[in-house]
Amino acid sequence: MSVDSYPDVSFEARMGTVEFRVHERPHITVDDRKCVDCSVRGCITACPANLFVPTADGGILFNYEQCFECGTCYLVCNEEGAITWTYPEGGHGVTFHYS
Amino acid sequence: MADFDAIVVGAGPAGSAAALELARDGRSVCLLERGPFPGSKNMYGGVVYGRILDTLLPGWWEEVPVQRWVTRRMTMVMTGHQAFTVDYRTERWGEPPYNGATTLRPDFDSWLAAKAEAAGAELVCSTTATGLLRDGDRVVGVRTDRPDGDLTAEVVIACDGVNSFLAKEAGLYGEVDAENYTVGVKETIALPREVIDERFAVRGDHGADIEILGCTGDVPGGGFVYTNAESLAVGLVLHLPALAAGGRRPEELLAGMKAHPAIAPLVEGGEVKEYSAHVIPEAGYDMMPELIGDGILVAGDAAAMCLAAGIWLEGVNFAIGSGAAAGRAAARAIRRRDTSAEGLAGYRTRLESSFVLADHRKLRDAPKLVMSDFAQRQVPGLLCGAAEQMFQVTDPDPKPGLLRILRDEMKRNGVKARDAARMGLRALRTFG
Repeated sequence: MSVDSYPDVSFEARMGTVEFRVHERPHITVDDRKCVDCSVRGCITACPANLFVPTADGGILFNYEQCFECGTCYLVCNEEGAITWTYPEGGHGVTFHYS
Repeated sequence: MADFDAIVVGAGPAGSAAALELARDGRSVCLLERGPFPGSKNMYGGVVYGRILDTLLPGWWEEVPVQRWVTRRMTMVMTGHQAFTVDYRTERWGEPPYNGATTLRPDFDSWLAAKAEAAGAELVCSTTATGLLRDGDRVVGVRTDRPDGDLTAEVVIACDGVNSFLAKEAGLYGEVDAENYTVGVKETIALPREVIDERFAVRGDHGADIEILGCTGDVPGGGFVYTNAESLAVGLVLHLPALAAGGRRPEELLAGMKAHPAIAPLVEGGEVKEYSAHVIPEAGYDMMPELIGDGILVAGDAAAMCLAAGIWLEGVNFAIGSGAAAGRAAARAIRRRDTSAEGLAGYRTRLESSFVLADHRKLRDAPKLVMSDFAQRQVPGLLCGAAEQMFQVTDPDPKPGLLRILRDEMKRNGVKARDAARMGLRALRTFG
């Protein structure tokens, strides 16, 4: 029995199951000038929402809108000060219903 | 004069239990929740062990929003193509006072918060506590993101979850190390009730729980499958540093477990209803912060009280136990007009005399043991291999005998007799 006999959902469809009440203020910001020197880049693999995307020039493209607010990124971040992490405004952000 | 006797930050199980006990004592208490409703930010494996509620809310099982009562508890170890399962069931866990229940956190957390409200606590949702208010070293309230949102109190109880920025701001945490954390990812998979009943051999409101080792590829961790009424909770728990250093993303690893021949038929045809992720304080006793400061207590995941001890995977009960103890200790300190760290010291005493710190201290080595290569790789390989050799009929060759099977499998899995004895002793010391 292989993975193919039970096709998994696409990542977009997976994230489409989650409600995000997006606030206009990004609650997490990434200073990707610091990411250029990072050889680990754990955020790219570990972020469950796959919000950290490497760019051609060695930076990181980050979008906060589909964030689980879990904390993985700042915990695995290797570069002091690259990630500024806060919670979204009250009532906003990820809203679980079947968790 | 402070706005409230106490402010509890976070209406999860710890916060609601704290607010309930404070309100019952006649204290004015504000229960802040940053989500639009309690539980909306929370995600967990899937089982609540409710006995801690026996004293807090007698008869709780008559009204708690339960999906299923767990009557079948399985621990499974697997390799890429094998699975070996210890499968215990008793219908008695399907009757009062019960053992474990699957429940959805938005339902359960909202139910418990409503109990605190009914006792007189003021629940304020959609409000993020952005920082502490201080008078010198003393915590005197919280800053919120509401206009004019400063709130003062005699005591702040930080039940703000695993990331607890409040406990960190209060200086109660040492250095935060990713080594101490895992991330849980979970799919809630919709399936008809009858299909779940058939696949897991359960009936009515009875359900099953499978905890799995050896299902996370090169990343130390574990997996789980829990039955809700009309959905399954299927997920992985992954050690953060290894996940970050490896090449495979969480959803890929989860797809791997779902495709395993022991799991695939259980989840087949189900539709993902919701995907979720949450960080877990994995390291237990050794990562706990100071629990008490001047004007502040820490409880639940904020105090790393999740118990990730392999055989036992608990958290909501520890949150409720610690939250209730914090609420009682705070109420007493407020009445005595001494909410300094010294005045609040009763919190620690209460925890030490209860399962909360007793279990954590006893099992302090368990998280490391469970995440070791021995438990993650060698034990699953050894048990699966030995089971295969034992149950496989080798005619016309004679049966190999148990000792030879064990020797073979130890060799195949790279387990030296000396190391096995050492790990066995360590496991005995930890769990014995």
